[in-house]
Amino acid sequence: MTATVSLEEHFEHTIERDQRIEPRDWVPEGYRKTMIRQIAQHAHSEIIGMQPEGNWITRAPSLRRKAILLAKVQDEAGHGLYLYSAAATLGADRADLTDKLITGRQKYSSIFNYPTLTFADVGVIGWLVDGAAICNQVPLCRSSYGPYARAMIRICKEESFHQRQGYELLMTMMKGTEQQREMVQEAVNRWWWPSLMMFGPPDADSPNTAQSMAWKIKRHTNDELRQRFVDMSVPQASALGVTFPDPELKWNAERGHYDFGAVDWDEFKNVLKGNGPCNASRIAHRRRAHEDGAWVREAAVAHAAKKEHK
Amino acid sequence: MSELTSEGGHGAVPLEGVPAAPGTVKHDWPLYEVFVRGKRGLNHVHVGSLHAADDQMALHHARDLYTRRNEGVSIWVVRAADITASSPDEKDPFFAPSGDKVYRHPTFYDIPEDVPHI
Repeated sequence: MTATVSLEEHFEHTIERDQRIEPRDWVPEGYRKTMIRQIAQHAHSEIIGMQPEGNWITRAPSLRRKAILLAKVQDEAGHGLYLYSAAATLGADRADLTDKLITGRQKYSSIFNYPTLTFADVGVIGWLVDGAAICNQVPLCRSSYGPYARAMIRICKEESFHQRQGYELLMTMMKGTEQQREMVQEAVNRWWWPSLMMFGPPDADSPNTAQSMAWKIKRHTNDELRQRFVDMSVPQASALGVTFPDPELKWNAERGHYDFGAVDWDEFKNVLKGNGPCNASRIAHRRRAHEDGAWVREAAVAHAAKKEHK
Repeated sequence: MSELTSEGGHGAVPLEGVPAAPGTVKHDWPLYEVFVRGKRGLNHVHVGSLHAADDQMALHHARDLYTRRNEGVSIWVVRAADITASSPDEKDPFFAPSGDKVYRHPTFYDIPEDVPHI
């Protein structure tokens, strides 16, 4: 090879050939910033995502459910750490990212600003919220950024357990009393629309998607993924014996997809702005955990230094 | 709402106005890289990184983080600062010595098809 290939051409060429970008590769500043933001807020979502379900660990109805829920919440912590580790390869630092989270400068998914009122919410989060996350995350396993794609592969394998335990939990409740069935239906009513919001605003309102698709850090548009999720969920709901709170939801033979009603984007924007039911308490809880743990982190450093000097 | 996309797994989060540049908060625990042997007969493979105060804690964290489902029979941890790496961007000069030695690969040699087991 004689010609000097410019860094930018090399980057474009790597993307074109569907090869992965790796940590020390030169990347355009926009790509680096977009990836750091995307990975950081994904990590923050996993970390904050421990809270809604963690709320039920001490009150799980059986030892079996408690063990499952503990494992699931531990997985969420693990997912957060895989992702902070991926962000670190782009020059971001975990302590710094945590600081940006607890000072509200970086965001997390608005889905975690909704409360878990009954144990049925735990099941519905596994089924619908984790189901929606799987729809988003499976294509991310082919993200052009290698460390992120690899983290997503690990995460997707574990998410499958999350979704199935949730669905099984709901099936068990549906076989119970009338009151339990009502509890499940009410939880479904609460989470259905926020789950659809997880895919983001309609494509017409998402101009950034084009750049992200070109860089292959996004593989499908918001509307494509939302439709896929709706199509997957409807048969699962009827197998379970629940309905979704949408009178316009019906099969469209011509399109080969389910039609569904309009999402309330005002609610979505409002929750993002910080006015959701749990925004303040989620951040306050995370901040408290971080500050309460400071002495442990410091003591571990002091202990390590002492051992080194012996 | 133009700044929102569904990137980031768990849903749409604003991208615009969100800082991505490194801040001033410094990590108090060093970064370790983690390598796991999946099962006997395989090499250790890099799986990711983590922070720990010392080597022993790094091993424990690696077990908890990367082998929750029997993904490994052996773990190596090494401080990231102690790794010397070639950079993928230096691929051409650094890997050039092997690039033109096609005779190191079995497919370089034409063997008649009727010669068995070769």
